Amino acid sequence: MNTSSLLAWVLLLAPLLSAFMIWAFLKPFPFLSQIVSVGACAISFLIAIGVALGSIHEPVTINWIDIGGLTVQLGMVFDSLSKVMLLVVTGVGLMIHIYSMGYMGEDPGRSRFFAELSLFMLSMLGIVVATNFIMMYLFWELVGVSSYLLIGFWFEKPSAANAATKAFLANRIGDFGFLLGIIMFWTFTGSLMFDPSLSSYFKGHPLVTIMALLLFCGCVGKSAQIPLHVWLPDAMEGPTPVSALIHAATMVAAGVYMLCRIFFVLEQSEQALEVIAWTGGITALVAALTATQQDDIKRILAYSTMSQLGYMVMAVGSSATIAAMFHLCTHAFFKALLFLGAGSILHVLHHEQDIWKMGGLWKKMPLTFLTFFIGTCALAGVPGFSGFYSKDTILEMVGEKNKMLFWLGLFTAGLTAFYMTRLFVLTFMGAPKSEVAEHAHESPFVMGLPMVVLSFFALVGGYSVVGIEKALGTTHEAMSQAAKLNVMILSVLVGLTGVGIGAFAYWNKQKEIVIFPLFKNKFYFDELYELTLLKLQQLLAGVFAWLDEWIIGFGIVRGSAFLVSVGGELLRVFQTGNIRSYAFIFGAGAAAILVFFLISS
Amino acid sequence: MENFFFWTFVLTMIGSGIGVIANKNPVASAMNLVLMIISIAGLFVLLGAYFLAAVQVLVYAGAVMVLFLFIIMLLDLKAEQQANFRMLGIIGGLLTVLLLGIGFFLAGKNITSLVGKMGIVIQNNSIKALGELLFGNYALAFEAVGVLLLISMIGVIILSKKDLD
Amino acid sequence: MQIGLTHYLTASGILFAIGLAGIILRRDMIIIYMCLEIMLNAANLALVAFSRYNSNLSGQVLVFFVITVAAAEVAVGLALIVALFRVKHSTKAEDITLLKF
Repeated sequence: MNTSSLLAWVLLLAPLLSAFMIWAFLKPFPFLSQIVSVGACAISFLIAIGVALGSIHEPVTINWIDIGGLTVQLGMVFDSLSKVMLLVVTGVGLMIHIYSMGYMGEDPGRSRFFAELSLFMLSMLGIVVATNFIMMYLFWELVGVSSYLLIGFWFEKPSAANAATKAFLANRIGDFGFLLGIIMFWTFTGSLMFDPSLSSYFKGHPLVTIMALLLFCGCVGKSAQIPLHVWLPDAMEGPTPVSALIHAATMVAAGVYMLCRIFFVLEQSEQALEVIAWTGGITALVAALTATQQDDIKRILAYSTMSQLGYMVMAVGSSATIAAMFHLCTHAFFKALLFLGAGSILHVLHHEQDIWKMGGLWKKMPLTFLTFFIGTCALAGVPGFSGFYSKDTILEMVGEKNKMLFWLGLFTAGLTAFYMTRLFVLTFMGAPKSEVAEHAHESPFVMGLPMVVLSFFALVGGYSVVGIEKALGTTHEAMSQAAKLNVMILSVLVGLTGVGIGAFAYWNKQKEIVIFPLFKNKFYFDELYELTLLKLQQLLAGVFAWLDEWIIGFGIVRGSAFLVSVGGELLRVFQTGNIRSYAFIFGAGAAAILVFFLISS
Repeated sequence: MENFFFWTFVLTMIGSGIGVIANKNPVASAMNLVLMIISIAGLFVLLGAYFLAAVQVLVYAGAVMVLFLFIIMLLDLKAEQQANFRMLGIIGGLLTVLLLGIGFFLAGKNITSLVGKMGIVIQNNSIKALGELLFGNYALAFEAVGVLLLISMIGVIILSKKDLD
Repeated sequence: MQIGLTHYLTASGILFAIGLAGIILRRDMIIIYMCLEIMLNAANLALVAFSRYNSNLSGQVLVFFVITVAAAEVAVGLALIVALFRVKHSTKAEDITLLKF
């Protein structure tokens, strides 16, 4: 094993060591914890750069489990997909680590926060470099755990604790499907590797659709697609850097990344791809519609994240994995940026999250204003910003495959522009609408720096000079220039219409102009679940309680005890305590057995 | 000559065996047991197991029986007062013995048909061969038995202590 | 009449039955112990007879071990009887029913 492959393992070991060190030794020293955690992330980032430049190679794989036909390896795959993803995860992660040093301020649990952040970095990087299903699943669950820990970081707040549980449970459902899919894959191929050549094992098999959909379940949970999306808005209870890192830039995108990794499975089934594309499209639309009526700045961003993830999933469903990954990268930049901006606002407004109580912040917080502006433009798809390019790529690819989804996506793009303008106008423009907003001031430098860096990438991330798209591979060679231009013009028009309507409708408004209860109440998903799932659960619980009480409790437990005690009372008669009668019975029994065997032989 | 000794020893053995269980006085029972053990030692001699015959007399008739008598004296056991046998006991005992007899009879039929080399005389130097076997093949078992004796000795000492809780 | 294996085995069986009958019939623990010895001796006799007629000395080795174990067992058993006698002042099997529920 040479040095460069050892270095590759450091990529994972650095955050692991950091998490362990902080948890074990550095709990009482928050400042040191910060330094260690940020340092570990920086090391990972440097190694990621080394990987991207090709100077660090894939390490020798380690056989982790080798039982019979099951071989699970711990290894790393450095292909174009993971190289880009590594850079995004570690880069954005580093920025957010630095930002957290400012944001977490004097929180008493800072050490714990940074330990959990490091744990998250470990698990996320593990997913990215995973060479096989089991390794990915392992880190997949670790991501879930660290997400759970971080959402519930302020666990003394009941809402945060509940949100953490909700996120965990929703992910559990998805992960269960994912696990079933993995088992199915193993049954088909006898291997767990991400190896496209394995697809010959199940090519054309009728069950391949089911397998693809089961694997997709993991993505539905992790990437908050309908119907398991309900946890993501609630996850905003966590600290804002967490929302930025986990619930916007990286973890939720892991679902999409996973879909791209296993695309060789998905592409075997047209129906599965269809389902995936429609799930993504509908999620994008529903989330965008919901976002137009929310008041909480972080929730708007959360729904926007969902919507953009829907976009990516839709792209994967349309066989445009590279477009999906491209959008994933740009989205990671600008959505992290937006969240950091929101965090910056919350930081100075003493955690006032209602956008109707903000306003006029552009004068008070010029840096936040500027970076947030760039983020909004990128998300809204204003030409010249990164989001524009990646979104257009997706729309082009989808348009080629499914016209209906194309219009749906286009409409969603318009909605995105609309609600982002609404958010922006209400937050930064007009007059301050509350006491705290009037006394706002700029955030500290440690928070400003990451925002500036991220806004730079949000601005230029889409340019071909930066080469994210090129690094992933070419996307749409076949597409004619005219069709490309058509899509571009359409999306610009729609985007500008959205921006225009949003700006016009909400400029200097004090309260909501028109209320759509359906959107306001998030399409009643929570209520629907409460009605159906909870009722069902209550019913099931009742049935099981009855079973437990009468069949198990009364029948099996007490019944068997009763039988045993009756039997004991009966057998007690024979237990005279007289050695000689025991000897008699013993001798007679032995003799009887002897006779029996001799006669029968 | 051999036949004469065989029948003498066997009859003495059975007679004194019955004497052990029929005597009311424990000391008489013990004496009958000594007689039985000695006649078995005689049978061992007839079978060519000279070493075992010696061990039988030394260990059983010498050590074990002395221990029995010592305990009987120590506890000062009297002859049993009440009737020794109860009807149920006799029936049960006879039944068991009968069943066992049937078993042995059947087993004997099977075994004698298995052993074809009846009457082959064992090699003369059997004690030496036995010693080689004991300290060769069975050396480990021999040591284990030694340890067992040690442990039983310790156990007896502990059990015999006056303040046994 | 040639004395054969059958004779020895029969003698051994009879002796074993006597020992068993004694265990069942007698009440005194010490006598029961003696009957145990009878049964062990019956087994020894059978083993030695087999050893002789199969020309295999392993049987004699086994008998040697049986005698040793029996000696150890008698020592422990009698110590137990003495210990019990101290508590119960009796060596009758009926009086020792500690295990009876």
